[in-house]
Amino acid sequence: MDKSVADLATAVAGIEDGMTVMIGGFGGAGAPIELIHALIDRYRASGHPKDLTIVNNNAGNGHVGLAALIETGMVRKLICSFPRSADPVVFTDLYLAGKIELELVPQGTLAERIRAGGAGIPAFYTPSSYGTDLAKGKPVAEFDGRSYVQERWLKADVALVKAETADTHGNLTFRAAARNFNPLMCMASKEAVVQATRIVPAGVIDPENVVTPGIFVQKVVEVAHPQQEEDLNRANAVYPGAV
Amino acid sequence: MTTKLTNNQIAWRAAQDIHDGAYVNLGIGFPEKVAQYQPRGREAIFHTENGILNFGEAPPAGQEDWDLINAGKRAVTLKPGASFFHHADSFAMVRGGHLDVAILGAYEVAENGDLANWSTGPKGIPAVGGAMDLVHGAKRVAVITDHVTKDGKPKLLKRCSLPLTGVGCVTRVYTSLAVVDIEGGRFVLKEKLPTLSLDELQAVTGAELLVAGPVADLIVPEL
Repeated sequence: MDKSVADLATAVAGIEDGMTVMIGGFGGAGAPIELIHALIDRYRASGHPKDLTIVNNNAGNGHVGLAALIETGMVRKLICSFPRSADPVVFTDLYLAGKIELELVPQGTLAERIRAGGAGIPAFYTPSSYGTDLAKGKPVAEFDGRSYVQERWLKADVALVKAETADTHGNLTFRAAARNFNPLMCMASKEAVVQATRIVPAGVIDPENVVTPGIFVQKVVEVAHPQQEEDLNRANAVYPGAV
Repeated sequence: MTTKLTNNQIAWRAAQDIHDGAYVNLGIGFPEKVAQYQPRGREAIFHTENGILNFGEAPPAGQEDWDLINAGKRAVTLKPGASFFHHADSFAMVRGGHLDVAILGAYEVAENGDLANWSTGPKGIPAVGGAMDLVHGAKRVAVITDHVTKDGKPKLLKRCSLPLTGVGCVTRVYTSLAVVDIEGGRFVLKEKLPTLSLDELQAVTGAELLVAGPVADLIVPEL
């Protein structure tokens, strides 16, 4: 078994028009910048994929990564908890112009919906958002004297994920707080596509240290020196820069 | 003579109630100040919902590791005994009752414990983050806030007028003028600035302040 693929273009080749794509990361930490940029490259060369629904905690920052994906015009709808950032101009302008749809979800509910999607649990009850505008239209039930809101699972066609080390079976470790949504999104997607700082042979990662077992992962591609969104934004980077 | 506490002083007062060994989440922004005023000899473990327990202060400029950030997306450092975890585990810590204290900011707090701190209305881009999760599950949900808005209007009200973050969730409010508990759907005054009469405090509070026992002087060091 070898889940490694040769390059980023091959890694993102399975994403089609209208798909739901989960993208890992919280702000810049754990954001798979190179996979996102490879997807933008494909769209600029072929006009596809478009009309994507993107699931991420945020709505991008500056003009790289997720913000660049949105700016390119490939995204129809965003499901996220916090579409504000230091420089959210790309999403803000499109949203206020009515050109992109937003589904706002409390952060913990977003995480649990994704986890439920990966775990085969179609719905669950949470105290979060009970009695607020974000619970409107959702079923409510009382358990042991407290009220809870019913939330549904969230699944995706593809997840784009950033890991630290992957082995050829797709077992993953993550780095610091770059873990965030990444393990959950691997579980909730039909095809989890992972960029890892290094790919090692099966057996190199101690099984005790595997965070995401390879059963949740379909493709791994090595990106030895991944870029950080924060560094790119501090340098005022724009993707895909002037040609 | 102190006429109102500064934000640092409000944060200091809130920090005095955090016990040794407490697991604590501090909301983004103003509540983050509480960490600076931990009383000596007490160790609190701070939780950030993006996936770290026991993080410390910011690193020097130029030494940031952008995989090591807090919920406000600011660079942090680690203390001995820190751990990392994914978002579903992180919010299990929040909703599952494992945190001892959550300290949050507020636009409005109502006497029934309702909190509004995520949206000032329909204008602009709505963004909630972890606000609606953090108000549920911690053993104590405290608010730190100026007693009144910038325009001088009360922030402690009979009922919130802004979109709610959570229903009946707040247990204590630390303001620039007083410490107020929420008990049985009422504001109960616990401490007030000694320079302020009860009538003066009531005049800038949007719901009745109940005096159910002794009211201590709110005395905070110059910071």
